[in-house]
Amino acid sequence: MSAPMIEVRGLSVGFTGRSGATLPVLRDIDLTVAPGESLGLVGESGSGKSTLALAAMGYLKRGLRRLEGSALYRGEDMFAKSRSELEAVRGGKLALIPQNSGQSLTPTLRIGAQLGEALRLHAGLPADRHRARVLELLGQVRLPDPEAIFDRFPHELSGGQQQRAAIAMALAGTPDALLLDEPTTGLDVTTQAHILELLREIAAERGMAMVYVSHDLGAIVRVCDRVAVMYAGEIVLQGSVRQVLKAPAHPYARGLLASIPRLSDPALPVALGGRPPAPGQAGAGCAFVDRCAIAQPRCRTEHPALTPLASGDAVRCHFPAEAQTLPIAGQGTASDDARGEAPVLTLDDLSISYSRPGLLDRLMGRAAAVPTVDDVALTVRRGETLGLVGESGSGKSTILKTVAGLLGAAGGEIRFEDTPLPGVVEQRRPDQLRRIQLVFQNPDDSLNPRQTVAEILEQPLKLYFGLSGQALLDRSTEILERVRLGAHYLDRLPGQLSGGEKQRVAIARAFAAQPDLVLCDEVTSALDVSVQAAVLDLLDELQRTQGTTYVFVSHDLAVVRALSDRVAVLYQGRLCEVGPSDKVYGLPSHPYTEVLLGAVLEPDPDVAPRLTADDVVELSPPARGCAFQRRCPRKLGAVCETDTPPWHMGAGGHAVRCHIDLADLAAAQAPAQDAVKKA
Amino acid sequence: MTDAPATPAPARARALSRWGGVLRDVMSRPSGAIGLTLVVFHVVLAIVSPWIVPYDYRAMDATLMLKGPSALHWLGTDHLGRDVLTRTLMGGREALLITGIATPIAVAWGGLLGIWFGLVGGRADEVLMRVVDAFLSLPWILKMLVLIVTFGTGIEVLIPTLAFFYGIPVIRIARAATHDVVARDFVSAARARGHGRITIIRKELLPNVLDALMVEGAMRWSWMLLAFSSLSFLGFGVSPPTPDWGLMIADARGFMSFAPWGVLGPVIALSSLIIGINLTADALAKALGLDRAQKAPV
Amino acid sequence: MLRMLLRRLFLGAVTVVIVSVIIFAGVEILPGDACTAFLEREAQGKLLENCREAQGLNRPPFERYLDWAAGAIQGDFGVSANGAKSIAELVGNRLKNSLLLAACALGVGVPLAIVLGVVTGLWRDKGIDLVLSTGAIFAMTIPEFVSATVLILVFSVWLGWLPGIVLTSASAPAAEFFPEILLPVIVLSMVMTAHILRMVRSSVIEVMAGDYVQMATLKGVPYWRIVFVHALPNALLPAINVVALTVAWLLGGVVVVEVVFNYPGLGRMMIDAISDRDLPVVQAIALIVATVYVGVNLTADLLTMVLNPRLRTHYMRQR
Repeated sequence: MSAPMIEVRGLSVGFTGRSGATLPVLRDIDLTVAPGESLGLVGESGSGKSTLALAAMGYLKRGLRRLEGSALYRGEDMFAKSRSELEAVRGGKLALIPQNSGQSLTPTLRIGAQLGEALRLHAGLPADRHRARVLELLGQVRLPDPEAIFDRFPHELSGGQQQRAAIAMALAGTPDALLLDEPTTGLDVTTQAHILELLREIAAERGMAMVYVSHDLGAIVRVCDRVAVMYAGEIVLQGSVRQVLKAPAHPYARGLLASIPRLSDPALPVALGGRPPAPGQAGAGCAFVDRCAIAQPRCRTEHPALTPLASGDAVRCHFPAEAQTLPIAGQGTASDDARGEAPVLTLDDLSISYSRPGLLDRLMGRAAAVPTVDDVALTVRRGETLGLVGESGSGKSTILKTVAGLLGAAGGEIRFEDTPLPGVVEQRRPDQLRRIQLVFQNPDDSLNPRQTVAEILEQPLKLYFGLSGQALLDRSTEILERVRLGAHYLDRLPGQLSGGEKQRVAIARAFAAQPDLVLCDEVTSALDVSVQAAVLDLLDELQRTQGTTYVFVSHDLAVVRALSDRVAVLYQGRLCEVGPSDKVYGLPSHPYTEVLLGAVLEPDPDVAPRLTADDVVELSPPARGCAFQRRCPRKLGAVCETDTPPWHMGAGGHAVRCHIDLADLAAAQAPAQDAVKKA
Repeated sequence: MTDAPATPAPARARALSRWGGVLRDVMSRPSGAIGLTLVVFHVVLAIVSPWIVPYDYRAMDATLMLKGPSALHWLGTDHLGRDVLTRTLMGGREALLITGIATPIAVAWGGLLGIWFGLVGGRADEVLMRVVDAFLSLPWILKMLVLIVTFGTGIEVLIPTLAFFYGIPVIRIARAATHDVVARDFVSAARARGHGRITIIRKELLPNVLDALMVEGAMRWSWMLLAFSSLSFLGFGVSPPTPDWGLMIADARGFMSFAPWGVLGPVIALSSLIIGINLTADALAKALGLDRAQKAPV
Repeated sequence: MLRMLLRRLFLGAVTVVIVSVIIFAGVEILPGDACTAFLEREAQGKLLENCREAQGLNRPPFERYLDWAAGAIQGDFGVSANGAKSIAELVGNRLKNSLLLAACALGVGVPLAIVLGVVTGLWRDKGIDLVLSTGAIFAMTIPEFVSATVLILVFSVWLGWLPGIVLTSASAPAAEFFPEILLPVIVLSMVMTAHILRMVRSSVIEVMAGDYVQMATLKGVPYWRIVFVHALPNALLPAINVVALTVAWLLGGVVVVEVVFNYPGLGRMMIDAISDRDLPVVQAIALIVATVYVGVNLTADLLTMVLNPRLRTHYMRQR
């Protein structure tokens, strides 16, 4: 093996806590990346993976400091370099692609200027060739119309375009090592898949060393040869991608894999209980001991070393052989519950418009804008879960807010059981309000930071049931226990809870009203994957015991599949496909569903995404024809642009809205689908 | 699950313990410790000064006009032969009394109006904001003087006048803070549950806007003191012979070239009080996490 | 963009109209009018009636408001109650002097505040920041009449370097105010420098801790280039609005400084007019100052919009 490109030796990084103690964020990290090799760093939030990637450039965020060890690039310690030496290396031969490029690009500089700056600093090119080179780079990352992008400001690009511009900027100095810090997090599935393919090609073409940081094993599988799994600031497992994903020898890695919902598996993922220790809280033994199913007394007292195994992996566990017996795939029950036929919620040709024509518009006779959500008809039956999927801007959350009465509808009707539901909260009866509850995406935002858990639960209990005193306390305790939190949580503030605990409190608040219908708006997308599995499991249990009906909104198709009985697919506020989950996830599909399903990244080295459509982002839906016509890989022609497509009905209530009928769709899609079925 | 059902702490006790923590945080910062000490010192002094001053603040003595500091008169005497130390020690009483009453009134009415319109919005809110803008666009001294010249400088005129005009900018602050809170999901959650506006204001908005109002109140207090002493200085505030720093400085200015001790006492007293309030407000903003620049970097 | 501009102009105009109503109504509601003020003790019986007739004070208030407003738009504020002089003429000189004072204070204060604000922000929590930030708290909190008094005591009485009082007449040309204007300028720029400095400091700290500055560092951009090219254009945008507020304050709120230094500006004229109950003059000054306030803030908003590409697109999208 040639000399490593990036090498981290015994690196520990920490900060000084409020008590004055030094709290480590990274503990004794050893890592090597050879030229042309790509290493994935995976872990949940707080595991130290991003800190490690930045430390490889000799950079620590304000407040952090290096405790010991070194980070070498081509054999030279980045922490020993002077400021000017660092400036020469960073962004040149050793470049970073950041998370959230929207905030990492300087808002007051045009894209061309920011790329030009990178060229001037690192490329050693004559100034008159800069423009041509920038345009060439923009073309290489497949940005449409580089000339136009050159003169744009960062905020004028879409998220995917910003990320491509950041990649082009990193490539400007022709790097031989690339650090990627969650480069696709927060992007839509299709955009994410396209960016990953681009990175794969670039890596293969240029033979760069890469360190790819992500919480998403599905993304790491696409670009990396080796993976290091991080937990509580340590590397706990390192090995080839195939080995780590197929037969990991560490209990944490196995638990992590089991908690990931799979597109190919309709069962609920298995939750990994507990939470990682805070910096400085890991005891003398193994950091994972409190959550480990096979922990022995030895694990509490003796810190395991990173030990090489026969398979070529290295694992930080005292009992790697026993660990191999733990499950790595969801063995949870398929969500299959008794449901009735009576509709709980009916949406009738619902349309919602954000922009109201103003006084000036009316005076000037401007036409009303195309509605954000249009012509949505859906029925949700008692006890079932309806999944609502779509990318950002699909209007899925907007529909939920309208059902909850927070937004008024522009047209159509919402019926709850058999009675029409008034448009806004203020006109609804208390009973209607109680029976429909909403759970929000981010519990940090949906729980009042100034209220204790007791006060949070008190709101619905007082309002709907008039409880007070001991009865209120008893009921609050009972509800908390139902979401698997104890009474000792009652006097805590949200700031004193973990993300998963906060979301449980938010769920508890909704269920305190004894609702018939619970609207879940991306309730797991702010959570780590192991916590997500626990919340999904809780929701499923509550549904089975309470007979509650769910409308479950998510951008994550695998999560929706795990929880939903029926699924509706939305594109730009228009329904494309509705049906039982196995029908929607099977064949035939609406072309948009097909594109979405193809772009999903499974944490499996044997499944590759299929990219059938461009990841073009459109600002508003077209006024006429099919909403998806501009991106559709199966577009027929003019008819798609002029006529609203008809609904084609299939078996079991499956419906697809397309100009192509079901049989033709099935025939066209079968060969491609075979590749996935194999898994 | 074996935990005994703990009784949650009553809301009031918890609120007190939070402000206790904030107070400790304020005192742990140098600016807060110095500032709060100065403020407490001045307030205590204002209360006890009539009993500890060496002379009667009205006692004039023609033989002692503009005499320099001496063992009997530590800060000398003024142009009417009155003891400057006595008058300095007592010179903040009127100012503290009037602003001490007017500040909470200003913050309360401005704050509540701002929160209400921040929540309700709509046409009424737009009209209100134009009126607030209109009031803010007029120089403060003009607004106050017109009323004072017409109705006199008594405490019964000064308190409502100060409370009214200093409440107007609070409307803006409270409204902006309310907008930040209203955009958050827990307010949407309360609306979706069907709570009334009063409950939403009391339970969801007020606890979250209160921090901003506390800091705003401290700042308003210092500006109000500034305005009050400026009015006195210009001769529109406290009427003689009541001792007041602004008035004392105005009187002593004329003799500054040969009797500078006359300005020294009131200058130091007034400055230390206003600086004390500002340092406290600064530390309070940091303790409550409202100072943008102090946000934790990690 | 044009639509946006029109909307802002419209809102500004609405504010000015409301101000004019407040001013007019305020003067109406208060006891006494121009005639009682002018006639003082003799304000009774026939004499008062005649005066009110002559001044047109017996007409309905709404009619008089329209008259007054129409005159104000054309720059005609009527005649002062006691001197029977044209208000426009009286105010004109004072406005010029106030503008001179404001311009000098801004010329000194704004550049100084920005430089010091950037320095304190970049060297946050270091010695220079602690000294300047503490100094700023002192400068912005000590009453102007206190700092003015101390400065006069030191520079005029003890050292004798600068004149402590302005003796030039109100109608004198600008050049004659030097060097008398120096001390008032120092006092005013101290206060405004402190305000702007604190704002710039926190803005610089916020931007320097931001993602794009970190990205620029990791792109290998030299530190000073990061500061000047990446950070400052963003950090200084919010300063525009603070400077605008300062301008408005300098024109209307510096009565105390004008009185202390005997400077013949709008502020002193205003306070004299109030003392004399010369209500037409008070109304005129109030309206002028309020209009300037609205105009300056409007300009600042529009300037920020032009300089901030993000806002610019935002409003373009809205059309």
